Amino acid sequence: MGSASSMLTQYDIEEVQEHCNDLFSQQEIVSLYQRFCQLDRNAKGFISADEFLSVPEFAMNPLSQRLLKMVDGLNFKDFVAFLSAFSARASMQQKSELIFKVYDSDCNGKVSFKDILEVLRDLSGSFMSDEQREKVLTQVLQEAGYTRESYLTLDDFVKVLGSYGVKMEVEVPID
Amino acid sequence: MSSPGKLNSSSSELDLDRPNLEDYLPSGASIQQEPHGKLRLRDLLDISPTLTEAAGAIIDDSFTRCFKSNPPEPWNWNVYLFPLWCFGVVVRYFILFPARVLVLTIGWIIFLSSFIPVHFLLKGHDKLRKNLERCLVELICSFFVASWTGVVKYHGPRPSMRPKQVFVANHTSMIDFIILEQMTAFAVIMQKHPGWVGLLQSTILESVGCIWFNRSEAKDREIVTKKLRDHVLGVDNNPLLIFPEGTCVNNHYTVMFKKGAFELGCSVCPVAIKYNKIFVDAFWNSKKQSFTMHLLQLMTSWAVVCDVWYLEPQNIRPGESPIEFAERVRDIISTRAGLKKVPWDGYLKYSRPSPKHRERKQQSFAESMLRRLEEK
Repeated sequence: MGSASSMLTQYDIEEVQEHCNDLFSQQEIVSLYQRFCQLDRNAKGFISADEFLSVPEFAMNPLSQRLLKMVDGLNFKDFVAFLSAFSARASMQQKSELIFKVYDSDCNGKVSFKDILEVLRDLSGSFMSDEQREKVLTQVLQEAGYTRESYLTLDDFVKVLGSYGVKMEVEVPID
Repeated sequence: MSSPGKLNSSSSELDLDRPNLEDYLPSGASIQQEPHGKLRLRDLLDISPTLTEAAGAIIDDSFTRCFKSNPPEPWNWNVYLFPLWCFGVVVRYFILFPARVLVLTIGWIIFLSSFIPVHFLLKGHDKLRKNLERCLVELICSFFVASWTGVVKYHGPRPSMRPKQVFVANHTSMIDFIILEQMTAFAVIMQKHPGWVGLLQSTILESVGCIWFNRSEAKDREIVTKKLRDHVLGVDNNPLLIFPEGTCVNNHYTVMFKKGAFELGCSVCPVAIKYNKIFVDAFWNSKKQSFTMHLLQLMTSWAVVCDVWYLEPQNIRPGESPIEFAERVRDIISTRAGLKKVPWDGYLKYSRPSPKHRERKQQSFAESMLRRLEEK
């Protein structure tokens, strides 16, 4: 008769909290754990790509395939760590870091012209041509003082995004 | 759009299992406010709205909520209550359950011993046979309800038999059908089930005019459409019952109604069903348990408590589309039964959303990018 939350001890919760830099409260972690168990339908301890895609709102997202590469097969601790960037308490640095990781698909620590173009392709699909995308990107890069050949680092991202604030918050429902 | 002609022809048909999700979703739900001004690098790099949406869906989504079983609150943790609970278990499993099995067995014996002769011997007297079979089906459904001590309260006038009307109800479990059937022998439209339920469907329930189909087969849809139209026009047919959600929902939410029932050109009589979860959760989570297990769960609980409201018949208003009509009826049912409405197609349980939804988001993104590029 035990509910899922009773399986997390105080120690577990504290461990997870530490892992996500205290960006979530204990109650939020309990809520997230219930959600994690709900999505992990086969109780394997991780959420598979297929299980993520069973949430229609997620499957419809233009970036879902890209995000799947980041979240596929995460255990609960890493799942919470991934979501912690969306906490209202997360700093601009942390939020920018997550955005940077989405762009940096080959994880080499720098984002090339091609990387940005690929994200742009996910976002605009067939509604922009390759030439249009390249034109847009070249133009805005130039105006910001970069060129097609320059690589953007995490610091560049923090500088560009951090200056005006990114609104990226999701509330964890607590019942 | 490249295929307006194709769209028109399919919407004029009775599209039983593919409602247009777009018609229900508020337009531009994803764009909070249209950004203006010259396009800068930061605007391009800032993918936070899309990421926020994705993370929001991972953390909580209204679709999964619709199909979440809600077990009754455990109350036996207390040392004093625990023996009481144990006593309850003994009573439920060792006294109530065998008694209920007995009741159900007797019911089946009575039912079969009269149904078989009626069905085969009264071949020449169609009217009499139909009436008797109708009564017998109502009888066996009453036995089923008794086998879980169904405490059902019916509100409003009982359904009458007349042509050009169709009943629609919210759907929680196959027992909805049994509960409604014990009052009135409805002809129902349902998914074809495997196993013993399927056997009942194709033998006994066929006699009250029920229509079966397979969700996955497109050919079935056309046949069902035709059968539906023929059925509602027949004067002598049992009233038609449709569960327009097309799938079982946990009785806290209503998902989108398929528009099929609302395109028949007859009056729609809404039926609202609300279960009281005090003893058992009546939601049948067909992915988690078989119908037999679901019935066993009901038969080992204290009782199934529910309210049924027969609501005022509704007609399509001039200028109202079938989808708007379906929404209006869903509104009436949701309000009466105290359910929340969500803009989801219940069939997404079985399939992924079509790429159309993603394309719409991509389109609005691309348009905004291109427009802002022009702005200087």
